[in-house]
Formats: sequence, C-alpha cells, structure tokens
Amino acid sequence: MINAISKAFNLAKKESRPALLTYTVAGDNTKKNSLKILKAISKYADICEVGFPHNTPIADGGQIQTSSFRAIKNGVKIKDVFKIVKDFKLSEFSKPVILMGYFNMVLQYGQNKFLNDCKKNKIDGLIIVDLPWPENKKFANRCKKRSISFVQLISPTTSKNRLSSIIKESHNMIYYISMLSTTGGKLKVSPKKIILNYKKIKRINPKKNCVIGFGITEKSISKLKSADGLVVGSAICKEITSSLNNGQNPVTKVSNMVKKLKNKIL
Amino acid sequence: MKLKKNISVLDQHDKFGFWGGKFGGNFVPETLKKPINDLEALFDKLKKNKKFLSERDYYFKNWVGAPTRFIKLSNLTKHVGGAEIWSKVVSDANGGAHKIYNATVHCLLAKKSGKRIICGDTGAGYAGKMLSMAAKKFGLKCKIFMGAKDIKRQQPNVKAIKSNGAEIIPVYSGSQTLVDAVSECMRFWVANCDTTAMCVGSTVGPNIFVKICGWSTSQISRELKIQILNEFGKIPKRLKLYNCVGGGSSSFGFWHEFMDYNKKQVEFIGVEAGGPSKSKKHAAPLTYGSKVGVLHGAAQYVNQNLEGQIEETESISAGLDYPGVSPLHCFLKDTKRARYTAASDEDALKAFKIVSKYESIRPSLEPSHAFSVAISEAKKLSKNTIVIVNSCGDAYKDRKILKKKLGVKL
Ligand SMILES: Cc1ncc(COP(=O)(O)O)c(C=O)c1O
Repeated sequence: MINAISKAFNLAKKESRPALLTYTVAGDNTKKNSLKILKAISKYADICEVGFPHNTPIADGGQIQTSSFRAIKNGVKIKDVFKIVKDFKLSEFSKPVILMGYFNMVLQYGQNKFLNDCKKNKIDGLIIVDLPWPENKKFANRCKKRSISFVQLISPTTSKNRLSSIIKESHNMIYYISMLSTTGGKLKVSPKKIILNYKKIKRINPKKNCVIGFGITEKSISKLKSADGLVVGSAICKEITSSLNNGQNPVTKVSNMVKKLKNKIL
Repeated sequence: MKLKKNISVLDQHDKFGFWGGKFGGNFVPETLKKPINDLEALFDKLKKNKKFLSERDYYFKNWVGAPTRFIKLSNLTKHVGGAEIWSKVVSDANGGAHKIYNATVHCLLAKKSGKRIICGDTGAGYAGKMLSMAAKKFGLKCKIFMGAKDIKRQQPNVKAIKSNGAEIIPVYSGSQTLVDAVSECMRFWVANCDTTAMCVGSTVGPNIFVKICGWSTSQISRELKIQILNEFGKIPKRLKLYNCVGGGSSSFGFWHEFMDYNKKQVEFIGVEAGGPSKSKKHAAPLTYGSKVGVLHGAAQYVNQNLEGQIEETESISAGLDYPGVSPLHCFLKDTKRARYTAASDEDALKAFKIVSKYESIRPSLEPSHAFSVAISEAKKLSKNTIVIVNSCGDAYKDRKILKKKLGVKL
C-alpha cells in the first residue's frame, strides 16, 4: 500500500532525517484555530495526527486531556473533526492526516460509516488507542480495504511473540511508545535505551516505518533522530494552553514551536 | 444470548473476553496487554490451587469475618405486611462492606506476583478503605484515587484510608466522582504497571478485573446458601434476592451461587441509582435503556451521548454514582436471568429511615436503594415468599448526608 503516509516517510528519508509528526486535538482551542494551527504547522510537519476528543481518555495525561476537554466544551463533534480535516486537505501545504482517538466514538458513529467518512474526507490513517491487537484485526482489515493505514502500537511491555505478530499484521506505519506512560509524561527512559528498543522492531521488518512517540519535547527530539519518525503531541497541547493563559496567539506560538522542532532534526 | 448451566457465569466469556459475544472484552492501550495477560495467567493458576484457596478461606474467615449474619427482619416484616423480609448483613465484614473480598484477593495476588505497590479507585470510599486495610495487612504500599466530590461527601472513609497509611490522590477532572477516579487509576497503572498492581473496585474494567472481583464477592452467596439451608432446610420455593447495583460487585456476589436455579424460584432484582427524582441525570444504565458502549476497557450499557461521550451521572450515593455497569449484569439482563429497576435518592432516604426505625441494622445509602424496592414489592407478595436484601454497607460513612437530609445523628 503506497499511500501518502509512505510517501511522507520516503521524502524524509531522502533528506536523511526523521519524519516529524505532530498531534493536535481537532477543535482545540476553537474549530477555526485548530484548522489555522494545522495549516501553519504543516509547513514543517510531515504528517499531522489529529485527535478526535473523548471525555474519558484512559491513556492520556493532563496536557492532552486539557486540550480534549477544551475542544469538547467548544462543542466539537465528529462531523466537525471531518470538516476541519477536509478544509486542511484543501489547503496549500496540506499533509497526510492520521486521526487518533478512542474506540467508543467510532462504535457510536458506526464503524463502516466512520471509515467511509474517513475515506471521503481523505484521511490517510487511523490510531485507535484502546483497540489493541488482536482485537483490532477486523477493524484493521476494514481500514485496509479502503486504503486507510491502521497504525499498530507497540510498547516497551509488548512481548516478543506479540511483537512479531503485530509487526506482521501492521500496515505501513508502526507507532512505538517510548516508555510506560500516558501521553505527556516526562521522558523517564534514556534516548539510547529507546533507540535500542526501536531497533529491535526495525530488525524484525526494516521496511515498516516506525515512529517513536510519548514524552518527546524540544529538549529530547534531537537525540532520537535515527528513527523513521518522531511524534510530538503533549508538548504542543501544552503550548496551546500556555499561550491561552498568557493571552498570546496559539497559532503563532505553536507554529514557532513546530518550526524549532523541525530544525532540531534536520 | 444464552446463559449456560453448570459452569460459572464468570467463565462464560469467549476468547476475547466477551460475555454473550458483546459485553466485556479488553479495550486497553497496548502497554496494559502484558500486565493483564500476566494477571490472567496468575489468577487462572491460583484459582485452581488448593493452597491458595485455603489461604483465601483463612483470611476470609479469620480476618474478614465469615460468615456475615443472615437475619430475619421481623419488625420490618410485620410493618410491611407481605413477604418475609430477611437481610444478609454483609456490612458485618471487616471494614463495613463487601469491598473487603475483592481487596483481599487482589492483595494476595499482588503478593504472589512480587509487586510492592497496589493502586485502586474508590467512590463511596469503601473500596479504597478496604484496599488500604488489606494493603497494610499484607505489607503493600497503597495509592487510592478518589474524585474530589466524593472526598467531600464520604469523609469517614477518607479518614480511614489515610489512617491505614495509604495515599489518597484527589481527582479533579470531569464530574470528580467514581468514573473519573477509575480513569485516573488506570492512567496511573499504564505508567507504573511494571512495579504496581491495580485493583479495580467493582466488577468493571478489563475482563480479568471483572472476573477476579466477581470470584471474590461470590463468598457472599456461598455463605448465604448454607445459611438458607440451615434456616429453611431447603431453598425456598419463592426466593427473591434484592441488591443495589453500582458497578455490580455486591449484587453479583450475592447471586452467583444461585445462578442455576429457575428464576421463578430464585429471582434476582438489581436496583440502580435513579438519582434525584427531579433530575434527568441518573446512574441507572440498565433500567433506562442506555446503549452499549466502551467504558474503562469493557463494552457495557453505559450512559453516553450520541457521539459516545460518557455522560455525567447524579446520585446521592457515591457508590452507585457510575455511568456504566458490569458486563456480567449486562449479560444477566439480556439473558433475562436478572431484573433491573431503579430507586431515586428520595426513595433510598425513605427506606433508610424505615429500616433503621424498625431494625437494628443501618444500611448505607447504596443498599438503602435495594431496601426501597424490596419493601415496596414485599407488600404485594405472599407470606411464604422469602425476600432477602443484601445490606452490603454500613451508613456511618453517610452520616453527614443523613444528618443534612433526615436530621438523624449517627
Ligand atoms: C456499600 C456499597 N454498596 C454498593 C456499592 C456499589 O458497588 P457494587 O455495585 O460494585 O457493589 C458500593 C460502592 O462503593 C458500596 O460502597
């Protein structure tokens, strides 16, 4: 499956750098601003992960929870999430989009309807945080049929046997969770150790693009440069929160931050 | 959907952990897959291990205090004028509620797995209190997650948790009640599952937590069955078992041993929290036809909006104030083995007043919900019907609310 996600990785590889993946919550802090943020950061980011906010997120730390609650409070619905992505996809520097969220929202929307609307709105990939392998087999297949990448997650706790099976059944991108943590935790494992674990995944199948996420900030990103891709989420959500608290424009603040992140991995 | 006989309901799930093909499961982040698999393997091994079972029985008997009393409520029966009303006084158990069974078993499992820390959620504060007691008994460090609203309204249990040396982590997100406490506890476990064991406070959460909890509270019906046989010489022709349902751990444990009886002989009635009678909010997903959704790692009937956002609940009883319910109860509902209904805040308060006026027991607000329905149905039942209510918690923790609402002093 060579879709836009694979192309983004290929491009980064050509430039001998990891792909930069950003995570922002659709509708944070408003529908308009979240679209503006996407448009602004896409000059620097290679792939944009867009969260559809859930109010009982069992794997998210404080930063992303705050962003999610802010978006929900602003009345963001799934249809708004699709609209934001659709508008983003029509913009000048649009980038591949991976939607990320919790399974209950997909379930209530209707699994097929959700996937069809993803397709319609040109969504390239999906991460469902609480739908692990092998429970996700059927759903992942449904994604594949529509050429949507279903992104499998791997964690430091993933056993050897699981690791091989998950990699075997993964599509073109795998997400390695850097440490035992919810999103937004402090990096409590050394970048060296993280890269070591990352290499174990790559050794099993070097062709699959593998990104590292959780706990990555401006400080640590350059130390993980050897990965295929790096995801920054909570640090961005935190920047939105602090810019709002300080009466600054979240769009420029976040865009500056992503620019800096990009410079650190060149 | 069908309930099988001669096999525990706890084991009637498929390989993905679903009861009836649709309730339960393991909707968890990848990180939790291993600790959950480890716990499954440990529990599967130990529940067949004679030494472990006798260890459990030893602590249940000598530390929890088994059996709890089974008593006839003669004055209440006379006052109501219908079926014979009895109570299984589970609040006799060490700590004052049924939450001690699950807490004890989880601490025993944690010890066997070599973990030194255990974390848990609590609403009414009983699950937290009991976990802190058991952790102290078995030499584990203990962290309890509790909603800020519940910390305010259940102070006696908060004090007990602290005096047992456990740390309370207040949860300020969302409605600041049980649902948020469970979420925060799971997040903590995601980040610390290498060193820490988790105890989910009711028959909710990923499949294995439902099973361990139901297995533990089943002690209640094991005792009750013997007590009934001693009292009546046989299982009565018409027996009705009333129990409040929050997450569903006390009700499941109260019913488990009677599962294979025909429901015409042994009927199960689960009473959920209807909330204030003037409010639209409630904590009764089974009664009010909530849709199936995923909450805390399991598919279940749950209060939610059309988008799948979990809705806020409201109930005077912190222990029942939860938007979802055990997959086991969803299964018992859909197989029609149990019947579910709700009592309002006001109903529960009224029932507390009546029961404590005529009898020497003082059920907390949770079982008061069950008493409310039992009393109103008992009136219309024949004298040879035996009604049993699980008085699964003591009201001392509710003293502030009872003083404010009824002017009674405990
Ligand atoms: C006394 C008492 N009864 C009932 C409940 C409800 O929980 P469950 O339905 O799991 O028994 C609680 C929960 O905190 C409780 O403390």
